[in-house]
Amino acid sequence: MATASKALAPSDRAVRVIGGEISEKALTRYLHGLPRVDAVGAAARAGHFQTRSIKTESKKFGLDLAISMVDLTTLEGADTPGKVRSLVSHAIHTDPLDRTAPTVAAICVYGDMVPHAIEALGESHVSKRPDGIAVAAVATAFPSGRASVRVKLQDTQDAVAAGADEIDMVIDRGAFLSGRIGEVFDQIVRFKEACRRSDGSYAHLKVILETGELRTLDNVREASNLAILAGADFIKTSTGKVQPAATLPVSVVMLEAVRDWYLATGETVGYKPAGGIRAAKDALRYLVAVAEITGEKWLTPDLFRFGASSLLNDLVMQRQKMASGHYSGPDYVSVD
Amino acid sequence: MAFLDYSPAPESTSILSIKDRYGLFIDGKFQSSRGKTFATISPSTEKTITKVTEATAADVDKAVKAARVAYDKVWSRMPGAERAKYLFRIARIIQERSRELAVAETLDNGKPIKETRDVDIPLVAAWFFYYAGWADKLEYATGGATPTPHGVVGQVIPWNFPLMMLAWKIAPALAAGNTVVLKPAETTPLTALLFAEICQEAGLPNGVVNIITGAGAIGKALVEHRGIDKVAFTGSTGVGRQIARALAGRSTALTLELGGKGANIVFDDAAMDEAIEGIISGIFFNQGHVCCAGSRLLVQESVHDELVSRLTRRIETLRLGDPLDKNTDIGAINSKAQLNTITELANSGDAEGASRWSANCELPSKGFWFPPTVFTGVSASHRIAQEEIFGPVLSVLTFRTPDEAVEKANNTPYGLSAGVWTEKASRMLAIVDKLQAGVVWANTFNKFDPTSPFGGYQESGYGREGGVPGLLAYLKSTSPVQGVAK
Amino acid sequence: MSKRLEVMKTYKLYIGGKFPRSESGYTMPITSPLGEHLAHVAQASRKDARDAVSAARSAQSGWASATAYNRGQVLYRIAEMLEGRAEQFVQEIRQSEGLSARVARAQVDKAIDTWVWYAGWSDKHAQVVGGANPVAGPFFNLSVPEPSGVVVAFAPAAESGQSLLGLVETLAPIIVSGNAVVLLAHPSQPLPAMSFAEVLHSSDVPGGVVNILTGTREGMATWLAEHADVNALDLMGATELDWASLEQAAAQTLKRCLTPVRGVVGLSMNRISAFTEVKTVWHTKALG
Repeated sequence: MATASKALAPSDRAVRVIGGEISEKALTRYLHGLPRVDAVGAAARAGHFQTRSIKTESKKFGLDLAISMVDLTTLEGADTPGKVRSLVSHAIHTDPLDRTAPTVAAICVYGDMVPHAIEALGESHVSKRPDGIAVAAVATAFPSGRASVRVKLQDTQDAVAAGADEIDMVIDRGAFLSGRIGEVFDQIVRFKEACRRSDGSYAHLKVILETGELRTLDNVREASNLAILAGADFIKTSTGKVQPAATLPVSVVMLEAVRDWYLATGETVGYKPAGGIRAAKDALRYLVAVAEITGEKWLTPDLFRFGASSLLNDLVMQRQKMASGHYSGPDYVSVD
Repeated sequence: MAFLDYSPAPESTSILSIKDRYGLFIDGKFQSSRGKTFATISPSTEKTITKVTEATAADVDKAVKAARVAYDKVWSRMPGAERAKYLFRIARIIQERSRELAVAETLDNGKPIKETRDVDIPLVAAWFFYYAGWADKLEYATGGATPTPHGVVGQVIPWNFPLMMLAWKIAPALAAGNTVVLKPAETTPLTALLFAEICQEAGLPNGVVNIITGAGAIGKALVEHRGIDKVAFTGSTGVGRQIARALAGRSTALTLELGGKGANIVFDDAAMDEAIEGIISGIFFNQGHVCCAGSRLLVQESVHDELVSRLTRRIETLRLGDPLDKNTDIGAINSKAQLNTITELANSGDAEGASRWSANCELPSKGFWFPPTVFTGVSASHRIAQEEIFGPVLSVLTFRTPDEAVEKANNTPYGLSAGVWTEKASRMLAIVDKLQAGVVWANTFNKFDPTSPFGGYQESGYGREGGVPGLLAYLKSTSPVQGVAK
Repeated sequence: MSKRLEVMKTYKLYIGGKFPRSESGYTMPITSPLGEHLAHVAQASRKDARDAVSAARSAQSGWASATAYNRGQVLYRIAEMLEGRAEQFVQEIRQSEGLSARVARAQVDKAIDTWVWYAGWSDKHAQVVGGANPVAGPFFNLSVPEPSGVVVAFAPAAESGQSLLGLVETLAPIIVSGNAVVLLAHPSQPLPAMSFAEVLHSSDVPGGVVNILTGTREGMATWLAEHADVNALDLMGATELDWASLEQAAAQTLKRCLTPVRGVVGLSMNRISAFTEVKTVWHTKALG
């Protein structure tokens, strides 16, 4: 674990952007040099997306796209293999009334459930077909992140060894809020390394900022940039266990970070809002925000995911309404 | 499909029930006149919406007389609490009919339904609510002087925020106890006529509000009428000058809300993304047809290139098109005449050496349209830095230090608005102190509220609308009084 | 054909946007001036009062941070609801005070107009009472009034014509600025107060902003006067009590007090100011 004055484990991106030795001081100066966010202005920008009216063809397209971007999630202490099997079935057969409806992007479970998820997916797993469903595991002492780095690394390695395609890690918010930026950075770099498989490939790393605990949009901007510099493949808002979870103003700031990284380097980083997105209407607003801030290039499960559970059924019900012309109900979608 | 090609999401016009023609609203009823009728068209399609009456001088006379009788016999004798309740009723009815009014305004003016629905009409209702509450509390505003209204007020309003300008004029006038004759702009009379219907629905006594339609000549006849005790005008500085000249030597109270060439000042430490939103709002909101538009961008030289690049990138996501489509950000230019003015001034920018950039948007074949445009390399002496364009054209200049920013911002005979973007609070407060502008927006832009006074310095006019000063302008006891010298 | 039997009304307390019975289970019979039995109203206990203060405190910060426009709208809607129930109030005033229909109606009209008067202050009080101060130095200096917090108020009945009007004159100026209130109805005239609770309940005022307790007031008064989470007391209507002792008790926590001898008479902006604090902010100004 790095202390304030020591050099940090270098990540390619950080070296490119900051140059020289990556120290906590240099990182801190870089982050503090980013433009501040005016929260009232950011909320107003978010408000624009809420007044977009997505209808008819755009709506149909958006609903199918949104379904294909869902990370269908169960993260409960009471999760069992049976529960995971049921979730996987729902992930594959999203619409009981239409077998041709899109499947979701991924299943998101605790690390010890990964084997059950892979088994249940069978031929639908992304290892068997490119348009298949991935398995994402939360790790690093999700959701609090309050454990030793050794334990968090082990947690990550176990999930990767079990076959997880993606790892959703949490940053150390205590370290961030007390200014120990170097520790936050270091941990991300090391957890990214722990995603390395024996064949040299990497599980995708999503870095959860837990924006509900960061509280200010300035912190969200800094944490987003920090995560990207440290090697994140995706930046993610929340664990879903803390309120508020994903909000549009937070998403504006995080999407701006993703956009700015692309403008500066040509590299794409993904974005995942998680928690609190229950209605199809809200999901469509997120698609608008992504398209208008980062660009349509991001409208793909490779670069955008919804971390959600009940959202899927609302998307499906809206889809059913567009097909049938009448409102649907909870009995026409399946429970997990 | 490309997701960003949003499917049409039109707001229906079926909510409207517009008559084929409208008379003049005098003494509580729509009356016919000897005057001709003229059409009001939708600037996005050029189709006729309805026909309205061109008032004659005799009509002006009739309206002023009706207002005088209503003042003498009814309105000046009515307790403030009762006047307040009429205004509350009007406010409520506006709220109830708000969607209809928004659609009518978009149709007649050309601005997006998103703006009329979310900004214009809510402010109209809010203005009436705010001033309703003053009608029975006037002595608290005058600080001791017995509140006395002027009497009959003549008001002429422009086409850029038709119903909102009407609210800014009529609400405080009535709250203070005056009666009113108002002339809406000739290209945007529709919502004023719907407002007349609302006055009827509210049971407002006859003659308290009179609406006469017509063009510049009738506006002139109204403001110069000897039966008017106070004039309130919003429009161009050119016409404002004419009115001030015409009323020189007379005791008529006068307030003017004229043009502007607002500076939006962006420092290197600004919240950059939000500043960009503010710049865009400043010049493209309402197609730039705003007296307080941030039409000059003064950006700190060190961040000029980055800002301009982010700005143009963001402008490319703005959607120009059918104002009734809920996804439209930029609507039509209000008239052919205005489009010509904008085009001519933009061409001067090219001629004088500035660099033009325009958004790559498709302009509909019918109607009046101008794409969002940014000129860089603008100097203070260029016409596009000095003259009010009143269109979606931004002129970008640079500065090096805070002093220079202030100097450049103030270097104009106008003085209506300014925006300042910096995260350093002490600098922000020092700068707003020094700006010669009646409205300063700090880290924001285009914010309006009935409690917040609005008006200009120097050639942007005199007098304030909104807040307590806006009320006091309609009381004789707190305006310059007649008969001072013997 | 026999006369149809009416469904008799039960009167409960109004706390936190709900109508609970008193936790004590006690009630108080109400009779008309002619002695006929009207109803049983709930006899609020000190624990009900404690719960009411708690509900008021929970609701207060949200109410204070609503925009002034929003609060004005809410109060204006209450006036609309009052107007709609005018007949009901006329009946209850007649029963409570023995007044004629004409006089009772006049009181209702005046009460509604008084409410509208105060509603209109929501977005203006700060403009009259606050403002920028031209201090001698490079500082931006601004004063703004803020609501004091939770106010306990005693509705009056000393004079005729107050059962509804006095209630309105007490309540409106307190809540318009963003305070939350625990109102103790006068023991002799609780019915208009409870109908008023129904008016509040059918308007958009958030639960807990206004709480109304009925019954005799001695049992609760001292507890409320001493309560450390109450910021101010309106004792102007507490004429049946030893209000001077209550004022003494309130001095322990320096509550702001209005009393029958040190109060505000009639329609006045000062009655709003009495329950606000003025905050003044300084900020440096420097170009460099």
